[in-house]
Amino acid sequence: MTDLSKLKYTETHEWVSLNGKTATVGITDHAQKEISDVVFVELPKEGRVVKKKESAMVIESVKAAFDIYAPLSGKIAKVNDSLKDKPETVNKSPYEQGWLFQMECSDPKEYESLLSQEQYLSVKGAGH
Amino acid sequence: MKSDSRTIFEKHSFNPASWLPELDGSEEKALAKLPEGCVRKGEPNLPSLSELDVVRHFTNLSQKNFCVDTNFYPLGSCTMKYNPKALDAIAASTAYAQIHPYQDEEDVQGALKILYEMQVVLSEITGMEEFTLQPAAGAHGEFCGLLMAGAYHRFKKNKKTKVLIPDSAHGTNPASAALCGFEVVQIATNAKGHVDVEDLKRKLDGDVACLMMTNPNTLGLFEEDILEIASRVHKAGGLLYYDGANMNALVGICRPGDMGFDIVHLNLHKTFAVPHGSGGPGSGPVGVKKELIPFLPHPRILRKGQKFAYEKNAPHSIGKLRSFYGNFGAIIRSYAYIKALGDEGLKSVSENAILNANYLKARLKDIFDVPYNGFCMHEFVISAKKQKAKGVKALDIAKRLLDFGVYAPTIYFPLIVEEALMVEPTETESKETLDRFVEILAEIDKEINENPQKVLDAPHTTPVSRIDEVTAARQPNLRYRS
Amino acid sequence: MHYISNTAQDKAQMLEAIGVPSFEGLISNISKNLRNFKWNVPSGVSELELGREMAEIGHANKNFKYATLYLGAGNYDHFVPAVIDRLAFRGEFITAYTPYQGEASQGTLQSMYEYQSLICELTAMDFSNASMYDGASSLAEAALLALRFTGRKKILIPASTHPEYREVVRTYLSFVDAEILRVPMKDGAMDMEQFERLMDDNVAAVILQQPNFFGVLEETHKVSELTHKSGALLIACVNPISLGILQPPGEYGADIAVGEGQGLGNPVSFGGPHFGFFVVKEPLLRKIPGRIAGMTVDKNGRRAFVLTLQAREQHIRREKATSNICTNQALCALKGAIYLTLLGGEGIRKLALLNLRNAHKAHERLLKIKGVQTVFKKPFFNEFALNISRDKKKLKNNLRKRGILGPLALGDFYPDMDSSYLVAVTEKRTDDDLKRFVEAIEAS
Repeated sequence: MTDLSKLKYTETHEWVSLNGKTATVGITDHAQKEISDVVFVELPKEGRVVKKKESAMVIESVKAAFDIYAPLSGKIAKVNDSLKDKPETVNKSPYEQGWLFQMECSDPKEYESLLSQEQYLSVKGAGH
Repeated sequence: MKSDSRTIFEKHSFNPASWLPELDGSEEKALAKLPEGCVRKGEPNLPSLSELDVVRHFTNLSQKNFCVDTNFYPLGSCTMKYNPKALDAIAASTAYAQIHPYQDEEDVQGALKILYEMQVVLSEITGMEEFTLQPAAGAHGEFCGLLMAGAYHRFKKNKKTKVLIPDSAHGTNPASAALCGFEVVQIATNAKGHVDVEDLKRKLDGDVACLMMTNPNTLGLFEEDILEIASRVHKAGGLLYYDGANMNALVGICRPGDMGFDIVHLNLHKTFAVPHGSGGPGSGPVGVKKELIPFLPHPRILRKGQKFAYEKNAPHSIGKLRSFYGNFGAIIRSYAYIKALGDEGLKSVSENAILNANYLKARLKDIFDVPYNGFCMHEFVISAKKQKAKGVKALDIAKRLLDFGVYAPTIYFPLIVEEALMVEPTETESKETLDRFVEILAEIDKEINENPQKVLDAPHTTPVSRIDEVTAARQPNLRYRS
Repeated sequence: MHYISNTAQDKAQMLEAIGVPSFEGLISNISKNLRNFKWNVPSGVSELELGREMAEIGHANKNFKYATLYLGAGNYDHFVPAVIDRLAFRGEFITAYTPYQGEASQGTLQSMYEYQSLICELTAMDFSNASMYDGASSLAEAALLALRFTGRKKILIPASTHPEYREVVRTYLSFVDAEILRVPMKDGAMDMEQFERLMDDNVAAVILQQPNFFGVLEETHKVSELTHKSGALLIACVNPISLGILQPPGEYGADIAVGEGQGLGNPVSFGGPHFGFFVVKEPLLRKIPGRIAGMTVDKNGRRAFVLTLQAREQHIRREKATSNICTNQALCALKGAIYLTLLGGEGIRKLALLNLRNAHKAHERLLKIKGVQTVFKKPFFNEFALNISRDKKKLKNNLRKRGILGPLALGDFYPDMDSSYLVAVTEKRTDDDLKRFVEAIEAS
């Protein structure tokens, strides 16, 4: 089980786990509850360069589409292909099997300015 | 009766297609002239049902539908009024159905007269200068209008990159703006559901090409500040666009052209009685003020003395949005409708639409939360907030209404009201139907208090109930495969 | 005339319930300036008078029930069996709304699913939407899709494509950062040399109309090969009836196929309403514009149909939608579906053969007339171009005298084809029609 206190967060409900220069990104339990049943995950193209806070990809429910924002600047290195056939994994396991993409960060210092678990929990409605 | 939900692919009979003339054997000679690489091997794998089976299949399918001809349909923003059968007969008549768009002008003077006079009468009704009848639907009309706005600004060498749209607007508005390369900026609506003029002032600058809005707004409330809004937008060098989806409230009462709108689109399948057809065809004519006429799609239809003709010379036209001239079969229905109703009839449309809506609102305010007080126009929004607190949502109420033979009002639109139910009775419903609707909602509210599960499990009497949309989206099955 | 039920008594009761003395009280917030307008709208008439007036205006139209149509160019005079209108005009289809409430719309949704399935089979493609406005706008939407999907900026479109379709594509792309390149024609079809010259890896899509505007059959395999070699998409714009005998676009590598569906069970009706079909191969499914119906189950496991993949559409994605389309052309597509079901695979092949035969017969016979030549020496389906060196005015009069409408004067579309005409021949044209056509030319 992932230690949620070791992750960093954004105000837009993404979580980030940094390993050297590689960051793994997903959405929080609060976000998956808000979205409810995920029906389709539009993963980003590998190699795409994104800026912090830019929309990197989209998650669809039956009635809505949600932008997922890059928490850091960098290049998309790997995406979670298993979500193509099993989008519901995002609901069932948002912190483990439901990871969305990995990226090579261009500025790891950006990681420091992300929210800690405590700070995230005080974001409106995020308590989990 | 248990229903048969087999598709045509799962039924097996045979249609000799004897309504076709017979082959005479010479076809092979003609076929031999075609290059082998172009010829299909074998036949397409289409089911072939006997005519009786086709009639049964589609007749049975039709009986699974709610429709205006069988049920009350108070769908907000859709204007589900009665579709007069006289109009269907006219549109299907040989004189109008069996003419080709490329016939010589002199051979289709009747059709051109209708198009021309329709352009004129719609201008009179809306206070605009000229109309194009080319767009096939409202969204198509929006696209047309925004293209013209873009062309106009480009011609004037104005650098305009933004379109302002209220946060309560219909989804087609921002989608259309994006297609024209504009950046969409949202304008807030205030506590009374009106365009927030302060927010507008903040966001209105020299980059704004256009403000798109509707009046009454999507909450059914007349935008009282419209003259001020128009003046501000024009001062900033922008154009004002009218989404005519709510025109049923205004016909004969006031006109968007007089309010200062530069571009107007209408939905003939709403206000002007063209049937909805289960999702089209409709028609979305667009009207403009004088300075935008050069940009209209071509050909315009002009009058030359006693004759009608195509205007071929249009150097600034935005081009064409579709082949030929428009959804003629729909346009002619509306033309006949306007002719039949005339001045007094059109005025009675909005008068009764507004009266019916306010009557329902007054009677429903004891059952539902009404977010905006004051009189509405042709439609109003109520909130199922109280019911949600008891565990029953707008969606559940909508489903339970189906059991009572009423098609549900629009739900969850506009986005700014919680558990929204948007109700538009239209002018063609009788007081008896309206009273019965109130009784039904009262009964459902009673069920929510006494037996909520009945509402949560609804509908009970329709062919299917609570469709699994999640699986439909996760594992799409979009065509039959044997 | 009006359709209002409210009596004076009803109105009085309603005003009382609302709590306002008169109707004016409900709209007192609308400024007097806006209320004071004069409009020039004549008084209404009764249904009886309406019928009379509309019939009189209709007399000024020369319709082809009582004349012979040799005009095509995108709208064709095919026979529509009586069953189609009888079914499509049922109130449950024509006065129903868009099927957002699935439980109340299973009829519409199932027929949409069936339509989608039929079009996929006919075109040998993977997925279809529930229809679009017409062939031309479908083609334009296909071009937009290709630009977005590939991220490239050029669209190649042959000069032999219907001129109105080319114009609609141009209009749709007015404010899009993309270039439309016209591939010149050679002998009525796409000039393959010029095409190769223009192909590069910035081309998002190549458009190919089959048969093209002149009725001529293009070299589909060659075009497809060259298109895909550069990594571009092939957009085929096809005549659905021709697919009874012509190879379907899915088999020559089309990534997207579009076309005008009017010929399938819809009257010509002066150009509309009709429907455009839009089909794709699997990789493009999530980018398809418009509504789509899907099959699923309800909570009791019963088969159910529902609008699906809605998250692409305007009411959810708003400015990020795949298109702005909302209303489609459901009733027209329904007629198309019923028509195809009445035909079946064998029937549509038969229908296509009849069209082919009649057109080739007419072509052969007309060429025997002095001064009549074929314009293009290429294979065709049911439409062909002829040079007729006769006095234009005389020819027109002689055709009219014999009750013949058309053929299409190509000089109106291609200024250098001033004495050329486009002749369309369907299964409805008889030997007698042809005889009169021949006579008309000979008399000129």
